[in-house]
Amino acid sequence: MEKRIRVLVAKPGLDGHDRGAKVVARALRDAGFEVIYTGLRQTPEQIAEAALEEDVNVVALSLLSGAHNTLFPKVVELLKEREMQHVLIVGGGVIPDSDIPGLKQAGVAEIFTPGTPTAAIVEFIKVHVTQ
Amino acid sequence: MDIVQELLRGSRRALARAITAVENDYEEAGSILQDIYPFTGRAHVIGITGPPGAGKSTLTDKLAKEYRGQGKTVGIVAVDPTSPFFGGAILGDRIRMNELTMDPGVFLRSMGTRGSLGGLARKTVEVVKLMDAFGKDIIFIETVGVGQSEVDVIKAADTTVVVLVPGLGDDIQAIKAGILEIGDIFVINKADRDGVERLNTELEMMLDLNPEKTLWRPVVKRTVASRGEGLVELLEALENHRTFLVTSGEQQRRRSARTKNELLVLLNEHISKKVLEKITVGGELDSFVERLENHQQTPYAIVNTILAEMLR
Repeated sequence: MEKRIRVLVAKPGLDGHDRGAKVVARALRDAGFEVIYTGLRQTPEQIAEAALEEDVNVVALSLLSGAHNTLFPKVVELLKEREMQHVLIVGGGVIPDSDIPGLKQAGVAEIFTPGTPTAAIVEFIKVHVTQ
Repeated sequence: MDIVQELLRGSRRALARAITAVENDYEEAGSILQDIYPFTGRAHVIGITGPPGAGKSTLTDKLAKEYRGQGKTVGIVAVDPTSPFFGGAILGDRIRMNELTMDPGVFLRSMGTRGSLGGLARKTVEVVKLMDAFGKDIIFIETVGVGQSEVDVIKAADTTVVVLVPGLGDDIQAIKAGILEIGDIFVINKADRDGVERLNTELEMMLDLNPEKTLWRPVVKRTVASRGEGLVELLEALENHRTFLVTSGEQQRRRSARTKNELLVLLNEHISKKVLEKITVGGELDSFVERLENHQQTPYAIVNTILAEMLR
């Protein structure tokens, strides 16, 4: 038996900067994860569908546009609709500290703001993924 | 409900979970594959292979849309390389196929090679079977970007499409063996670039020189996949090949060869596993290695001993 953690790295919404997402994707790959990268400007529906088809353990959302309070909870909800409530959802980007409790309340497991070492993200995923 | 029943009833989530089970060799993998087996063999399996950057994903995306336009359902297995150093992978084929994500008639799954070197992932053949049983009419296998000898795709596909681009140099002689031998259809993608005539001529000459006169003479088609040019002709070639496969009996021949191969692979896998279990449990393996290091015995003699023991 060979379990391998699969992570969907997705950029919901309209901002066109995926440097951060790519750095994280690379770090996750180097940690031995299979990273499915979907590119820019994904709708929450596309993200949920891709997560379903790829049967991922983790959905990592990156967003710099400020729309996180709308888009992150939407992804959580759509995954639940698809009976994928076990999927670990994490987020990253320029997200104000004051928004973080609300996002966690909505079902995002953790938010990683700028300056987080990639090793911390890897560690968090390793600890929290339930196979 | 049983995962196979759910899958056969059209649950996409069940298909996704079954693929994971098979890919990771979960305990239930064997029984899943066994239960879906009677429902396989219906789909037209199309392999898309070629060097990195030739446009395999873009072409697959466009072809999938054309088939959807004809009302056919589509499965796609997209393979990308696993890092040999870290064991992880970045699977990026969805980037070029994002529009297909919201189409419930398309199921796209990315796979890492996980150590397999032939251009496919270890369990690609089995994943194709799952999609086949799920009821997909057309299943694409997009290989990793290949060089000269990654030809495993022919073990899984009914029709193999080799995608090339002009401007890779006049090296067609050098790559005559390997991937240029496996194409049923050759596609010159990015055909708006310089060098297309030359590549076309070289391909045709190579195909004419083919000493083995087979019933199907591979065809060469030109596309500009990003703009959708040449797709109609390519679809026609795919359809012609499928008709040929069925009417000539070639389909039967290929599938029977494949079935035999799959059986042998499976047998091999299980025998290896059994032997390994047996010789590791009591620490025999280590003592064998020790004897080898001390030059007390040869590996050939040891293998004979183990086999004699097992097959008694």
